[in-house]
Amino acid sequence: MTVTAPNPAPAAEVPKSSGTRLVDRVFRMRELAILVVFLVMIAVTQAGNSEFLSEQGIKDLLLNATILVLVATGQSLVVITRNVDLSVGSTLGISAFAAGLYLQDGGNPVVAIALAVLLGIGFGLLNGLLVSFGQVPALVVTLGTLYIIRGIDSIWVGSRQITAADLPDGFVDFGSGGVSAVPYLALIALAVLVATAYCLRQFGSGRELYALGSNPEAARLAGIPVRKRILIAYTFCGALAGLAGALYLARFGNVDSSTGNGYELTVVSAVVVGGVVFTGGSGSVYGAALGALLLTSINSVLPALGVSSVWVMAINGILLVLAIAVDRIVALRVASALKKRNARHG
Amino acid sequence: MADFSLARAIRGSSLKRWDSAVGVLLVVVLLLSFGFVDGFGNGLNLSFLIGNTLPIALVALPMTLLVVSGEIDLSVASTVGLSGAVMGALWNQGLTIEVIIPICLVLGAGCGLVNGLLVTRLGLPSLAVTIGTMAAYRGIAQIVLGSDAVTDFPTQYLDFAAGRIGDTFVPYAFFPFVVLLAIAVVALHATPFGRSLFAIGASEEAARFAGIRVKRHKLILFTVTGLTASLTGIFWALHYASARYDNATGLELSVIAAVLLGGIDFDGGKGTLGGAIAGVFLLGALQNVMSLQDVSAQSQIVVTGVLLVLSVLGPRVARQVSLARASQRLT
Repeated sequence: MTVTAPNPAPAAEVPKSSGTRLVDRVFRMRELAILVVFLVMIAVTQAGNSEFLSEQGIKDLLLNATILVLVATGQSLVVITRNVDLSVGSTLGISAFAAGLYLQDGGNPVVAIALAVLLGIGFGLLNGLLVSFGQVPALVVTLGTLYIIRGIDSIWVGSRQITAADLPDGFVDFGSGGVSAVPYLALIALAVLVATAYCLRQFGSGRELYALGSNPEAARLAGIPVRKRILIAYTFCGALAGLAGALYLARFGNVDSSTGNGYELTVVSAVVVGGVVFTGGSGSVYGAALGALLLTSINSVLPALGVSSVWVMAINGILLVLAIAVDRIVALRVASALKKRNARHG
Repeated sequence: MADFSLARAIRGSSLKRWDSAVGVLLVVVLLLSFGFVDGFGNGLNLSFLIGNTLPIALVALPMTLLVVSGEIDLSVASTVGLSGAVMGALWNQGLTIEVIIPICLVLGAGCGLVNGLLVTRLGLPSLAVTIGTMAAYRGIAQIVLGSDAVTDFPTQYLDFAAGRIGDTFVPYAFFPFVVLLAIAVVALHATPFGRSLFAIGASEEAARFAGIRVKRHKLILFTVTGLTASLTGIFWALHYASARYDNATGLELSVIAAVLLGGIDFDGGKGTLGGAIAGVFLLGALQNVMSLQDVSAQSQIVVTGVLLVLSVLGPRVARQVSLARASQRLT
């Protein structure tokens, strides 16, 4: 992001291997911390309401998280490169409608999903080209494309609406069905997540995303094709937003011109709660996915505990602020601990 | 050295050109609308135009200062909603409006202070912090007022917020805005405080070494932004005679779009308040004209988006062209 001066991650300042390992552990702890919070939350809810973890309950939890996990996975790639994509909500909406319209006319579900993904890729390319070759701030450009795509969507859709009755039965069953308590949609999201994480960790181009996120200038000098990598990150993000649109259609069967409105902030929240830092260069897609799971679960946990739904938004916001504040405090603590240790050894 | 100052001079001039370009564009749009758009020139329409644009213009004042210093506040619209909701809830409790308004203003300043403390004390990016507080403040507004709407505020206040002076098109509320605009212009462009904001935006590190109290300046800015947002919330509730928790949802995007259109560089350190206000009223006037011409609300969204993208691409392309020309002249 271009908003603030970059804060170099404390890890980068410390060459000592023992220090790096400590930082590594802290970051893995970060994902562990979200997982623990999530499990505690689920356990408390189960204790308060024994119906919560029924087979249907688990299925609902996973289904609710699926779409956010997909979009957050794509978004975290973009955020790792120190950019952001605010247009994902609009992309999700328009590709859901496109897929729905195609299915309504008796199309093949697989082609419909491919269509949604292609549409997402198109918008992702547009964003990527503007940001990487236009060299304009990502926040402004994607805010602009958020409006443009949403506007095109609204003009195209008008007051039309796609309901589950318009869709082939197989597609709707696919959206709600699953292997015992695990929905098919969650399996798709999991496959995408694992594949993305593998590419980020093992492939050179994946590592380069981190490199250019933590220092774009250094990455350029090191011969990393910065613009091309940013373009790829945006295209991937768009593709996943498109896929999420198709799955949204399968899950809810109901799409109109406001589908996905305001979704970008939920996605960004999930990514940030998951420990992907806005200043780029750190975080993992697993963290983002856990963040998404945590955020969507709160929405099911509070009603199950009998808390009024008016509390949900405030709790989400406070959680987000707490997550980034705690993150920062831990990072500062680690940095000063490392400094002390280095002073002792040096 | 010569190269550097040349580049800087060109950047400066192209920026000024962009500022004035937006101003000229505003004048052209206004003249064309007066000439060719039926119903634009009548007093009622003009007072609607100004009244609907005022909330955006009000919030744009401190937002410009924030963006110049390299920060951003996305929680402003939620603070607008929160102060409206608190105002409605307290009014339902039977407090008088003269007591409620100061409470709301203090509350807004408090919201801004929280943002500022998180950004300055913990060194967090303002974008992430204010996305969080955006949800938090809006959520608190929802807790405070639920889905109720409070509409029965005292008539003299409603009349002040919605009325206009005699037969002219100028709303009463325009005058307080002009005063605030004057204060903001002087603060940004004619005081050491304002100059130091540009310095902070250009390079925070350098500003700190130059002895500027960066954190304190930013804390003040965030607090003032919260205060102005709550003032806007009070105005909003009275102007539309409706206090709801979802008042002004999405206002932050309009404000940021307008400010960026006005040539305030998102990287900080550049921009003028004149440009920002020209951007605000340009967007407001365009929307008004499009509504009068029966352009659907959806198409208006597309126009806003295209303008926003052009507003960042435009100066950059202009700069590149003038740089290329300058280097040609040198060789």
